[in-house]
Amino acid sequence: MVPTTTVAPRWQVPARSVLARRMPLTITLVAAVFAIVWVLFWGWKTNYGPAIDDPTDFLYTTLDSITFAGLLFIVASGFTLIFGLMRAVNMAHGSFYLMGGYIAYDVEQKLAGTGGGFGLTSSQVSWWQWVVPAIVASAAMAGIGLVMQQGFLRWTQGQDIRQALITIAVSLILADQMIAHWGGLEQNIAFPNFVGTDKFIVIGGISYAWSRIFILLVAIGIGVLLWGWLHRTRIGMVIRAGVDDRQMVSALGVNVQLVFALAFIVGAALAGFGGAMGGSFAGLAPEVDGQWLLNALVVVIIGGMGSLGGAAVGAILYAFVSDFSAAYLPTSSGNCCTEYSVIFTFGLLAFVLALRPLGLFGRPA
Amino acid sequence: MTAAQFREIRTWVERIAGLVAVVLLVTGPIGNWLFGSFWVNSILTQTLWLGIAATSLIFLSAYGGMVSLCQVSLYGISGLVLANAVTGPGTKGLHLHWAPWVGVVFAIGFTTVIGLLFGALASRSTGIYFLMLTLTLAVLANYFFGQVTTVSGFSGVGGIQDNTPSLIGNPNLEPNRLYYVALVVAAASYVLVRYITRTPFGIALQGIRDDPVRMASLGYNVPLHRMLAFAFAAFIASFAGVIFGWWNDTVNPGTINLSSVIALLVIAVIGSLYRLEGAWVGAFAYVYINNEVQYHNWSVPWLGGTFNTIIGVVFLVIVLLSPGGLLGIWESGTNWIYRLWISPPRLAPAGTGSTVPPPAEGREP
Repeated sequence: MVPTTTVAPRWQVPARSVLARRMPLTITLVAAVFAIVWVLFWGWKTNYGPAIDDPTDFLYTTLDSITFAGLLFIVASGFTLIFGLMRAVNMAHGSFYLMGGYIAYDVEQKLAGTGGGFGLTSSQVSWWQWVVPAIVASAAMAGIGLVMQQGFLRWTQGQDIRQALITIAVSLILADQMIAHWGGLEQNIAFPNFVGTDKFIVIGGISYAWSRIFILLVAIGIGVLLWGWLHRTRIGMVIRAGVDDRQMVSALGVNVQLVFALAFIVGAALAGFGGAMGGSFAGLAPEVDGQWLLNALVVVIIGGMGSLGGAAVGAILYAFVSDFSAAYLPTSSGNCCTEYSVIFTFGLLAFVLALRPLGLFGRPA
Repeated sequence: MTAAQFREIRTWVERIAGLVAVVLLVTGPIGNWLFGSFWVNSILTQTLWLGIAATSLIFLSAYGGMVSLCQVSLYGISGLVLANAVTGPGTKGLHLHWAPWVGVVFAIGFTTVIGLLFGALASRSTGIYFLMLTLTLAVLANYFFGQVTTVSGFSGVGGIQDNTPSLIGNPNLEPNRLYYVALVVAAASYVLVRYITRTPFGIALQGIRDDPVRMASLGYNVPLHRMLAFAFAAFIASFAGVIFGWWNDTVNPGTINLSSVIALLVIAVIGSLYRLEGAWVGAFAYVYINNEVQYHNWSVPWLGGTFNTIIGVVFLVIVLLSPGGLLGIWESGTNWIYRLWISPPRLAPAGTGSTVPPPAEGREP
């Protein structure tokens, strides 16, 4: 008789409690609940105090977050569109943003003059003197994006690290060229007069800058247009199919290269338009390109690469976390703790990736 | 001559070239007399510590299949920890004024732990996701040090050169001593990385690079191996941080910003992403070109722009033509000579094709 020993099958995962198995989710939920309770009711020694004591500043912070999320969405949607279809990471997206901004700045100066001693102000800019530069910037970036895609990325399709290196090289060259042509000083694009920085909307005693509402409305408009384009047109259908299975779409007789070029044009144009918008909102300077590349990256890593809805959700989460952590950290002891707000962005990223390595709405390639 | 013989000859040529390089490095101070007093301190020492940092990047890329963009942050963290630990009163930061060697050990240990943490976060993603995630970590680390005035702040922490070990003295007065320390550390890093890649851990890591699914089914813990590889790379990068701190006297967020991240990537790519020796080849090319451009104050004709445009174009050309960098050009160039003159293809036995390893993206599933 063969002696039998009982060996636990190696493939069995030892039983753990639900809470332990769902550790990342549990921690995330606890952190989120704590953050909400902190901001709403507790808020000890923060700048504004808890929201129940100071609802006005809470409302302002919320509105600021939502409008900033609008700008984030404009830039990140272009990034995620390119990535979703071509699996190409456009590391030059931040450079396209900054260059679009600079081009819009130049065109606006041509159209509306250089203004008075304090530069061009919103009251001197009519609506078309802002819209035309923004469109020119988008078109110029679409052109540069197309050249980069056709010249370098088309024949390296599928080698994603190499494509990322190529776009990094382009961003390095563009950054140096921009310093050579526009210098190192900060430049500001003036908003048109109907949403100028001196125009406020007043509802129930609370006034809010029109320019920020304008950004939000344009972002919503772009979001709706993109959604309609992707979900209600034939080209959109082809793009969505291409995101899922590029080779199959190509086998069905669709000219995939044409679709790629189109997606790259739209993505780069969105970066350029975002630059015109962001340059009016926060100014243009060297290193802004890196900042906006980071913004786009964080948004799409959180939301999931290639997902438009993910970009929207990622933009909102990122904007809320960065704005609220800057406003609602204790400021009691000299240099504590507002300066640690960047850790919260890091924490958001870590939580999302621990829960879903491909982002909230990401799907495997 | 068979291909194997040819490869053996080539290896001997490489060994002789390496020996010549080592002799030139050991007699480096002669260069001060030949080229000018900047040679040892500005060119060679910088080449050595940048090369050590690039080694950590190339180790992850060549043996782990992970192109990491946060090695700069890791050496920056190491340098800042050293600066906080060893400097005395009168400087910024924590000025703990520990003994210099204690500070060195602490900096290396702390950076390795941070590497473990970053690795835990990044080890579940691969390829392009890994690249983006590490880039995000790098930029967040840069913002963290820029904001947190307790440990660094915008201007960073200076005065490290007044608190070096007696072995090194003041690098400004005696650059040769720091240079020889850097040379020994560089050689030790190279030998250590070569050794690690031959241990069972290193072999398993290369297996994971080539086929993570198969290695996982064989029972290897894939994320754990990646995480440990990342921590080991952080350990190597921390040496670079310590030497950088001694060399530069100051560590500030500006030395670990996005431009520095891209600079290190350029060094690794120009050298070779697939061979460790490429680290120092790339670093020397980068430092030397940078020095020449600044010394002669060259700018790009017609376009404008200076060093970053030049190195950006070099980078772009190398990525487009030879993903293996300068060492890849050497390998494919000699292969070409072999095929053309020494042994035409129809006479060559089977399997004499390129000995260049396929690019990392080719190995991705």
